[in-house]
Parts: sequence; structure tokens; C-alpha cells
Amino acid sequence: MRTSRWIKLAAMCASIVLMFGAVASAAVRGRLEIFSWWAGDEGPALEALIDKYEKMYPGISVINSTVTGGSGVNAKAVLKTRMLGGDPPDTFQVHAGQELIGTWVVANRMEDLTWLYQQEGWNTAFPADLLNLLSTDKGIWSVPVNIHRSNVMYFIPANLAKWGVGVPNTWEEFLEIAPKLQAKGIVPLSVGENWTATHLWESVALAVLGPNKYEQLWNGRLSWKSPEAIKVWEMFGEILKYTNTDAPSLSWQQATDMVVKGQAAFNIMGDWASGYMTTTLKLKPGTGFGWAASPGTKGIFMMLSDSFGLPIGCANRENAIAWLKMLGSRDGQDTFNPLKGSISARTDSDLAKYDAYLQSAARDWRTNKIVGSLAHGVVANERFMNDFATVMDIFLASKNAQAAANAAQAVAIQAGVGK
Amino acid sequence: MQSRRDQLVAAVIILPSIVLLGIFVYGFIAQTMRASMTDWGQEAAMSLTPEINHVGLTNYKELFSGFLNMRFRQDLTNMLFFTLLFVGLSLLVGLLLATLIDQLVWGETFFRTVFLYPMSLSLVVTGTIWRWMLQPRGGINVLPTLAGLPAGQFLWLSSRQQSLIFDWSHIFHYTCLAALIILALMAYGHWRRGEKRRLRTKLIICAVLVGIFASGALTRIRLLDFPEEHGFNKALWGVVIAAVWQMSGYTMALYLAGLRTIPDELREAARVDGASKFQIYRYVDLPLLKPITASAIVILGHIALKIFDLIFAMAGPDHYPTSVPAITMFLKTFRGNELAVGSAIGVILLILVSLLIIPYLVNSFRTGEQ
Repeated sequence: MRTSRWIKLAAMCASIVLMFGAVASAAVRGRLEIFSWWAGDEGPALEALIDKYEKMYPGISVINSTVTGGSGVNAKAVLKTRMLGGDPPDTFQVHAGQELIGTWVVANRMEDLTWLYQQEGWNTAFPADLLNLLSTDKGIWSVPVNIHRSNVMYFIPANLAKWGVGVPNTWEEFLEIAPKLQAKGIVPLSVGENWTATHLWESVALAVLGPNKYEQLWNGRLSWKSPEAIKVWEMFGEILKYTNTDAPSLSWQQATDMVVKGQAAFNIMGDWASGYMTTTLKLKPGTGFGWAASPGTKGIFMMLSDSFGLPIGCANRENAIAWLKMLGSRDGQDTFNPLKGSISARTDSDLAKYDAYLQSAARDWRTNKIVGSLAHGVVANERFMNDFATVMDIFLASKNAQAAANAAQAVAIQAGVGK
Repeated sequence: MQSRRDQLVAAVIILPSIVLLGIFVYGFIAQTMRASMTDWGQEAAMSLTPEINHVGLTNYKELFSGFLNMRFRQDLTNMLFFTLLFVGLSLLVGLLLATLIDQLVWGETFFRTVFLYPMSLSLVVTGTIWRWMLQPRGGINVLPTLAGLPAGQFLWLSSRQQSLIFDWSHIFHYTCLAALIILALMAYGHWRRGEKRRLRTKLIICAVLVGIFASGALTRIRLLDFPEEHGFNKALWGVVIAAVWQMSGYTMALYLAGLRTIPDELREAARVDGASKFQIYRYVDLPLLKPITASAIVILGHIALKIFDLIFAMAGPDHYPTSVPAITMFLKTFRGNELAVGSAIGVILLILVSLLIIPYLVNSFRTGEQ
């Protein structure tokens, strides 16, 4: 009896030792920890990338550290505690542009990737406007894996024909047809929770200011209190009069649903809505649902992008660099994006792999003027974005353009926008 | 009598938890307080060696009077109304359920389980379910149509209507009014119990406060140099309903346990004296449930002050009409990188919760020693 117990104990110890041995040998071959907020609908696209990576580098085991939660609010919190604790993942997902630069680059936590761009020839593969948004004067900081477009207006062509309205080319045109729609009991423009209001705002701002002044807002050369910037808020207020009252209770999908169900005429959303309507709602791009650049922004591509960077002091630097190389390659981008419902950041992608909407977006990507999105972290740092939600609420509650402009200027100064 | 050895063993056993508590609770409280008095959150906040300067109480001052921190002040207002409504309604519904179940001849266990069950859910689950039920175009609002009535129109979570609006720059004025009401209630209690001397002091203080309030002297102290209106957001009703749904079963269990401990002899005696059923309930049961109410207020109150997950799940992080300080603390710290401001909000929350809990602890300590 007694001896058998000792034998069991010895066996247990042996198996524990063996387990550690197995782990240790895996460590010898190398690992790669990828930190992201891609789960659910976006999970398969990330899985495809990981599969590809593991086939290319069979010795490396990939650890997929995903923290779920829309637009990464939870993931970013976890990432910040890890980085402050000195335990960076090998590479992490981050919105390209100021969201990365304003938080991690200024804190000296990222490696400059200029050498990698030169080595891989990415300086010509990606559009110059995009490189500008990704860089500071000290370097290029991340590799964009996809491109989404923010300034897209969605509608159902058959419904518009039924109601006898066309697609407005400018906001003035929209304001003309909106009362007619409202008289028929249709919401002219559907909006969802707070961030979708900011999303709508940036499209309005781009239309009212034009691309040059819009960019000046972010490099500090145009004051938020200038007459043009105040006019943005005034126009935004006019447009809000033709939106649904229950907006804060709706997710962006529900706001899109209103258009699909014929309760609303238009919706302005990023082009992930195309993926939602194509894949989830099984509508055919072009006939089942239609799209156009948001009013007054034809020929301008307001972009946002998920990207991966190289944190200083990560455990498996070489493996992370291999990951970044794969992400930036034509093949890597064309593996990920058709599944994610976004387009390749490169101008030489294989369009045959994409659906009708994405092909049209990719054509615009190659020819349009490119500007960055506010709601999705390209043009302003996180502190500004966080407090801009307050500005938005001041406006939603008071509908006072001057008050919102004053608040936005104060926030811009505090957050050091354009410094 | 304990031997020295027993005492030694007890000390050794308790030591690890004291050390751990010391580091992970009190140590971190001290750390947070220190961080709240710095400017950590400037440009390179996420650096491994951030530049941190001591700024004293600036963050606190900014929170209560800075132009851009109006969100925090509305949060405080929301928290106050949420706490009052949530604690009040949970107690009321819990007491009602407990009284009814206590009267039941059969099915008591069944109903007790039914009403206690919501408590086993996580607040995030409750929030998600109720978010769906309170959709303006579905759920509760379409219930009346089943009876042929028009559908409800109330925007449960997204209403922007406010009532009880006050100007934050006159906050001292309103604090004076609140103090007056509390003191008046206490004075009423003294009068009922015939405590003449205490009544007299309370009445004198009340009279002084009435004078100050009526003269409007406090409205001249202006916290802000601009008017800023806050009030009770009607959108909070949605959150209150979900929270009461979750926690009233718990107060019911507390009250039920309380009702069971009341000795039957007391009720018998009342009955012999000719008390009716209602009189027994009013003059025997209810007074004996007071200690339970006190602990329920403390337990529910600190849940209400710290509420985060329910509102985060129901209304999202950026929905001002239902926002509370805990949500702003999270966003300031982890989204806006303003770690010092986040710490300051954390310390304010800690102080508020302590105001609720410490008197209770002191009280139970005293009764324990007696």
C-alpha cells in the first residue's frame, strides 16, 4: 500500500519534470506573442494570418493574446498595464497614426521601422499620404495590415427609388431632401451610440473644411474657434435634426439595420458596414445595398488602419520582425483583408480576391486624396480622443456650436494636438 | 484563557494575510494617493521612466471646478441619484417580497429561489439582458401593444431629459439644503424618542442653516465662473430598474432571515394585547428589522457607489446621461492616459465609500465590545 503511493508520487514528479522539459524545448524553438482585440467576426482573418505564419516558420509557436471588446477599449487597458509593468507583448495591434504615436512613440516604447520599410521596398508600395500619417520626423512606427474607409454613406437603391430621392452629393442637398423623407415617416439619417456621432462628425468636418483645412485642424494651424471650424458644428447640428432620437441605445449594426429595414434612408459608417451587410445580412453589394462617398467628400479617402509595431524590449524580436515582414507583404495583406472585409494598404494588391465593394474602395485608395480619421485614432492622440467625447456631449446636450468649439480648442491645447 | 503558545500560533497564522493586505490594499491606496497629487499623464505618460511632478491638490481642484471636467461633476450627480434610488427601491421591493413570502403557506422555497436567482448573474449579464429589454423599439416599450394599447415611447437609457436641475457653481448652497434636510429628520427622531436636549441642539443648528439658506449668502461663493447645470437624468431609470431587479432578491433574503429570528413570543404577546395583524407588522416586526436595514444600506450603498460593469454593459463607456465616476476613472486612466486624474477620481470614490462604511464599522465594533 505504502510503496504504491510512493511510486505514484514519483511518477507525478516525473511527469511534471517532463512537462517543464516540453515547455523548455518549445522555448528553444521560439515563440511569438501577438496582442490584439480581434475576435468574433474578425477572428477568422487573424487565424488565417497566424496559419500562414506558422507554415512559413514551422519552429515558432504563436501565442494569440486577444482581449475582446469593440474598438479595443479593454485590450488597450490591458496593454497599458502590461507595458507599464515592463512586460510588452512581441507585437500588438494598434490604430495607425496618432493613437500609436501619441501614446507609445512619444514615450519611447517603439522601435523605428524605417530600415524595414527600406529593406522591403514599402516606401513605394504604400501611398505617400499613408506613410505621412504613420510617421513622425524621427521615423516610421508601424506596419499597416489593412485599410478601412470612414467616409462612406450607405443606402438601399430600391428604397431610394421608391421614395423618389437621389443620393445627395453635398450636405446642402441632403438638407433639401431630408424634410421630404421625414414627412413620409422615414428617418433621413440613422446614427448609433456616441462614437458613431463622432464618426459622422468627421465626415461632416471633412466636407465643410475640405481636405487641406481638415489637415490643418490636426497640425494646429487652424484654430477650433475659427469661423470655418464653428461652421462644422453648425452644419453638424442641422444634420442631427434629421437623425433618430434613440441613437445612444443603438449599436452601429442596429443603425445600419434601420437603413436595411427601410426605417432610415442613409447611414454614414466605416466600410466594415459593407462586410456586415454582405456577410451577415447576405445582401449583394451594388444591388442589395449601395454606397457613395459621404456628401461633399467625393475624391477623398478618409482612412483608418490597424497596424502592428515593434515594442522596445520585447522577448522575441526576430520573430516579431518576421511577423511584420509577412504583414507588409502583398501576399500577407491579400490573405487577411478579404476575410476582414477591408482592403490592402498596398497599391499593388490582387483585386480578384476582393468583392465588388472592396474593389471599388481599392480603386479609390489608389487614386484619391488620403486623410486620416479622428474617431479611429489616426489624426489625434488618445487624450484628445477621450476628451473629444466630452466636447461631443456638450454639443449633443446644448446644440451650441460656439460652446463646442471653445471646448474643443481647450481640449486641443491640453492634449497638445499639432505640437 | 489562551496560552502564550496559542497566541503565537495565531499571530503566525494571521501574519501572511496581514502582510499581503498591507502591500496589496493599503500600500496601493497610498500609492494611488501619491499618484493623484502628481501630473502623471503628460505627453510621455507610458514611458518606462515618465517625468512626474508633484502638483499638490491641482487634480482635485480641476475635477471640481475645471471647465473640461463637467463630465465628472455630472457623474457625481448621477451617482448620487442612482445610489438613492437603487438603495431605496431595493429595500422597498426586498421588504415587500420578504413580507409576502413570509405569509405564504406553500411554495416558499420555490419563490425564495426565484427572487434570489438574479443575484447569481454577473452584472455584465444583467446589463446586456436589460439593454435588450429597454430598447426603445422593442422589449418593455412594446409590452402595452399586447393589450391593444399604444407602444411606450420612453427612451429608457438614451433620454436626455433632466429634472431637479441645479447650478453646480452654487453647490455649497445645495449642500446646505441637504444638510438641513438630514438634520431635520434627525431632530424629528429625537422628538419621537423624547430626547429633549439633543432635540434642542439640532433645532438650533437647523435654525442657523435655515437662516443661511434663506439669505442666499452661499450663492455668492461661486465655484465656477460660468453657470453649469446638472440634474437627474431620466435615462438613469433604465439602470436603476436593472440594478434593483438584480439586488432586491438579496435584500429579500436579508429581511426574510430577519423576520425568522423574531421570536414568536413577541407576536403572541402583541396578539394577546389585541393587536391586529397589521399592527403586529408595524409595531413588532418592522422595528426589529432596523439593524437589517442598516446593514443592507451599507452593503447596497457601497455597491451603488462603485457601480461600473452594469452601466458599462448597458449604456457603453461614452454615454454621459448614465455615466458614473468609476467609468470616467477607467477612461481617463486607460484611454486618455491621464493616470494622475484617474487616481484622483479613485481616491474621491474611496473617500465616499469610507463615509458610508466607517460609521457602520465603528458602530458594530462598539456593539461587539459590549
